[in-house]
Amino acid sequence: MSMRTLPLVFINLGGEMLYILDQRLRAHNTSEDNSEKGVWSENDRKRVMNDIVGTMFSKAFMDELLKPQQLYSHRTMKTVLTRLAHASIMRLNPASMDRLYELMVMAFKNQVFLCLRPKDLLLISYNHMDTIREFVKDTPMAVNQVDETHRKIIEAYSSLSEGELQLLRQTLLTFFQDMHVRVSLFLKDQIQNPNGRFALTTSGPVPHGTDVPGLIRIFDCRGREVRRREFPSGGSYTSSIREGSFELHGNRVIRLGMNMYTVDHPEETHTSRAPSVKADGSPNPLAKEELNLLARLMGSMKTENKPKDESGFRINLFNTDKEEAEAGASASAEESLYGVINIQAMQDEQAASELARIAGQFEEEEEEKPEKPSNNKGEELLAMMDDL
Amino acid sequence: MYHKEKSIQIKNSASALYNNLSVLRIAPRRLTHFTVVHANMVNMVSASWDGLNYTHRQLQSKEPNVATSTSLIMQAAFCVLPSRDLLVVTSQKGIQMYESDGSIMVYWHALDTPETPTAQAVFARGIAAVYENYICVGVSSGAILVFDVPSKGSNITLSEVLEEHKESITDMASECSGSQECIANLVTADDGGNLCVWKSGEEFQLLNKIPGFDMSCSSVKLWKGTAVAGYGTGQIRLYEAVTGILHAEINAHARWIYSVDIAPFSGLLLSAAEDSLVRVWHMTITPETNSVEVAHLHNECVTDTQICGARFCDGDGYAFAVTGYDLSEIIRYIQS
Repeated sequence: MSMRTLPLVFINLGGEMLYILDQRLRAHNTSEDNSEKGVWSENDRKRVMNDIVGTMFSKAFMDELLKPQQLYSHRTMKTVLTRLAHASIMRLNPASMDRLYELMVMAFKNQVFLCLRPKDLLLISYNHMDTIREFVKDTPMAVNQVDETHRKIIEAYSSLSEGELQLLRQTLLTFFQDMHVRVSLFLKDQIQNPNGRFALTTSGPVPHGTDVPGLIRIFDCRGREVRRREFPSGGSYTSSIREGSFELHGNRVIRLGMNMYTVDHPEETHTSRAPSVKADGSPNPLAKEELNLLARLMGSMKTENKPKDESGFRINLFNTDKEEAEAGASASAEESLYGVINIQAMQDEQAASELARIAGQFEEEEEEKPEKPSNNKGEELLAMMDDL
Repeated sequence: MYHKEKSIQIKNSASALYNNLSVLRIAPRRLTHFTVVHANMVNMVSASWDGLNYTHRQLQSKEPNVATSTSLIMQAAFCVLPSRDLLVVTSQKGIQMYESDGSIMVYWHALDTPETPTAQAVFARGIAAVYENYICVGVSSGAILVFDVPSKGSNITLSEVLEEHKESITDMASECSGSQECIANLVTADDGGNLCVWKSGEEFQLLNKIPGFDMSCSSVKLWKGTAVAGYGTGQIRLYEAVTGILHAEINAHARWIYSVDIAPFSGLLLSAAEDSLVRVWHMTITPETNSVEVAHLHNECVTDTQICGARFCDGDGYAFAVTGYDLSEIIRYIQS
């Protein structure tokens, strides 16, 4: 399938991640400075945004993504996105990262599923980049990085045909297949059905380049129309709307990919598993190529020196501590009904042990693989993790 | 005109791929095989006509004798030849051919994959059985591989490589099982919407090239010398294959068409798209007078589903089956 999916995957998933983090961090902004322990200030929020965007849109990381390669497993994607999130002082525990990942993926799946034509995937990506630019608008260096990346994306993708973009879209759809996690905001807006599947209407504008269905035209040997007949389309379609801009700046016209989360309703980002979804815990050993990719991506993310005296921050996402404790308990259960994202800022030792634990999982799986590749790759990865 | 019948459950959901359903009717055994692709495997269901027995089988895409390598499958299709039926599976790594019940793999052809991945994807897609003993398979480069198939055994050989298309092959179709004289018996389609029309033989002969308008033709069929093509714009076009004359143009769907199929004995046409709709049409084609007529007969909506496969289950079009992305069932419809 397509070898060009990774840049769009990270820009869009990363974009969704930033939307959610931004909403969370804004919701708890009650003081301007760090004086109150456990509260995220405006400066903290901007700092987190700048750190993550700076890492995600760094030249080294983007250049790695832009190399032609396959789209690997969710585990690899989740690991890299976790590392991206941890490029700031913010920390997410594994359960929260799982929930956050589900939310990001369901949002992107919805966008890919609903986009009217494959080329709109680029407009969706540009919508994400436009909003990310807004998040970091006070930091010229970050804005430059986003602009540079945007230019590279335009250069890499503008020449692709609709057929090639559809192949890319089909690759993404295969990646998202069978994921039906229910998201409160989607259920509320009836974008998603209670069974977790997205709503697809038979009404609305047709894609750019498509005619409204309903017409049969018959031609003679000389190409002249000799008969036309109409048929019932079974839907209520309208002509296509104007095309969005594929330039660095411009009106994208389509709304898919824009930030739909609002500050006042953090419950919008609650997720729950559809009852029939099968557990994703089945350990597929990571292929050697996947480990290579992971090593390259992790290696290309520059590390930050965190001051050692950061005190811990914790966000309470519920009205009372009791509710949070209950949710925390149930979140760890196998059949958790509602997953909530806990964002914490942890001390660096804790962060290092988190990453070591993730790396440890890879090492175990390496040993399970029947082919028994050299342990060098696993060790390199571990070493890299320890340096972070 | 049609009503919904009991669906057949499959082991996993259908992937979003063009023409993602293949049907083989085996009258002597009173059963029908269905195949649906899910990522790197093919789900095969054999349904007895009395509706009482369903046997499931799963085929993985992999090189024989290699423990772990699998690759994503692009298409699986039954190929009906005078002497035998085969199931052909095309993937990123190569082409596998099985006996039609999926029991034994009789042939494996590896695609040339570059050492370091290039931006251009590599895969095989587009499968057709061509009179008298050929199976043609398309490749992402635009090349078409012609395999010579003996009446039994596994001595299948690559007989020719046709290099006419410049863009990835999407689909291909043939007609003329030898019972009538045909000028053209194979049409091939690509991502740019271009159609090539061929006559089979020891050396395949290119009879015509019908240009596309830079819009992918995702599914194509050939009937009575007419190429019926479904496009990404949702249009269906009927071309006289050998001359390239456009006979009819239908603004059929509001989204990308994923499958067209024809019931050859009745002239019924089936089209299905990402817009969740399946449509049934009737074609009247009289080659002698060069006249073509198309009438719309019926719509079915598969709610909230982007359809990826639709096929008639018999030559008269009495029944048809449908698959959709993320759906773990084969939905069936029967004439009322």
